[in-house]
Amino acid sequence: MKKTPFYSRHRALGAQIVEFAGFLMPIRFEGVIPEHLTVRNRLGLFDVSHMGEIEIRGKDRIRFANWITTNDVSRLEINQVQYSTMLYPDGGIVDDLLVYRLSDRIFLVVNAANTDKDYEWILSNKRFDVEIRNVSAQTGQLALQGPIAQEVMARLIDLDLDELRYYWAVETEIGGVPILLSRTGYTGEDGFEIYSSAEEGEKIWDLLFEADPELKPIGLGARDTLRLEMKYCLYGNDITKETNPLEAGLSWIVKLDKEDFIGKDALLKIRSEGVKRRLVGFVMDEGIPRKGYRIYKDGEEIGVVTSGNYSPCLKKGIGMGYVRTGHHKPKSRFEVEVRGKLIGAEVIKPPFYKDFTHR
Amino acid sequence: MVKIPEDLKYTKDHEWIRVEGDVAVEGITDYAQSELSDIVMVELPEVGRVVKLGESIGVIEAVKAVADLYAAVSGEVVAVNEKIVATPQLINQDPYGEGWMVKIRMSNPSELDTILSSEDYQQLIGEKE
Repeated sequence: MKKTPFYSRHRALGAQIVEFAGFLMPIRFEGVIPEHLTVRNRLGLFDVSHMGEIEIRGKDRIRFANWITTNDVSRLEINQVQYSTMLYPDGGIVDDLLVYRLSDRIFLVVNAANTDKDYEWILSNKRFDVEIRNVSAQTGQLALQGPIAQEVMARLIDLDLDELRYYWAVETEIGGVPILLSRTGYTGEDGFEIYSSAEEGEKIWDLLFEADPELKPIGLGARDTLRLEMKYCLYGNDITKETNPLEAGLSWIVKLDKEDFIGKDALLKIRSEGVKRRLVGFVMDEGIPRKGYRIYKDGEEIGVVTSGNYSPCLKKGIGMGYVRTGHHKPKSRFEVEVRGKLIGAEVIKPPFYKDFTHR
Repeated sequence: MVKIPEDLKYTKDHEWIRVEGDVAVEGITDYAQSELSDIVMVELPEVGRVVKLGESIGVIEAVKAVADLYAAVSGEVVAVNEKIVATPQLINQDPYGEGWMVKIRMSNPSELDTILSSEDYQQLIGEKE
């Protein structure tokens, strides 16, 4: 079982530790609900070192990254970041990821459970003049998230953070430790993700707690409820190799007009035949939906729940799921089968939580 | 350390009861609440409902999972704890006190002969850990 560079910090803070994607990760500290609200209202720190990092170097790195991902890497400026997907030739999703264009390399951040699969996939599709390295084990990653994130980060860093806009990055340092800092996150709140070497990660952790003595560590439990309130997809739940980005509501990160990429022909075909189901977000009249629950309309099964939980901010059960096209528009109503009972639910215009602070 | 008060009785489904005359006060154990964590919603039976031992009489929804509440004894539901409907975290905070769930007037007190003692229950969860 792998440990992240922050494992001993989690233990010292009383975390409940679980296995996740081959890592011993903190699932909760104080409790999922208080941790969730801490991030929405103030500031929290997540260890996300289990995420995978893959570097692409060489002169054709942009062209190659554009071949393996669906968003348009050629549109990125240096230090700009984009959300993207990698597809199989049939249009199914290999993974969703962040693509960083840095001065000398492309830096991909992928899901923990998919790191090895993604690395193999990228290697097996290698073309042009590129070098590919899996640097996951050598990389620590923290996410500082919450409305006061900038205020705290400004105490540690000699940069005008107003200049670091949403989905931009900078290579800088904290306390002499080289870092890659980006204004990104998976919570909907303002905040940063901080990449460093694994060895020096704890220094960053400690400096953040010194900069904000009230800083709270946040576990994976709240990471999931926070992302769900934003209707952010989770690989393995809402997107898989059996789903394509058009039905998942990710058309905005698929650039069918760019040069050829893996999965493009399949997506063109899917688009011309019409997308048959859509990933929606819905609010329950009562109860809590869970992954795998069935969705009905007028007695007919029209879909399935892919993620569901209690929303600490809405104080209601919320979920994501695929429904037959036509039932996917905001305010559409259907029923979710919760433990043998059909419970009404209504499609929302995402996100669920509207008072987010990311910018 | 999981608390298992000696003066209570237990079921293998991780409910506890406190016998008060012909009424059993029922809740879920400290072990059950800590396994569930973060309880966010509770459904309780209606007062007046007649329930049978082992029947599902309620639902406990936590962030990570959902669990049934089973009747630890047969009888009539004479009270439910409305406070935990409004504030489900009470079950996490005080499972044997403010987190009680239902009161059942027992129709078959001989059922108590087979219910677990605190030692039996300690052994049961010890095997799980």
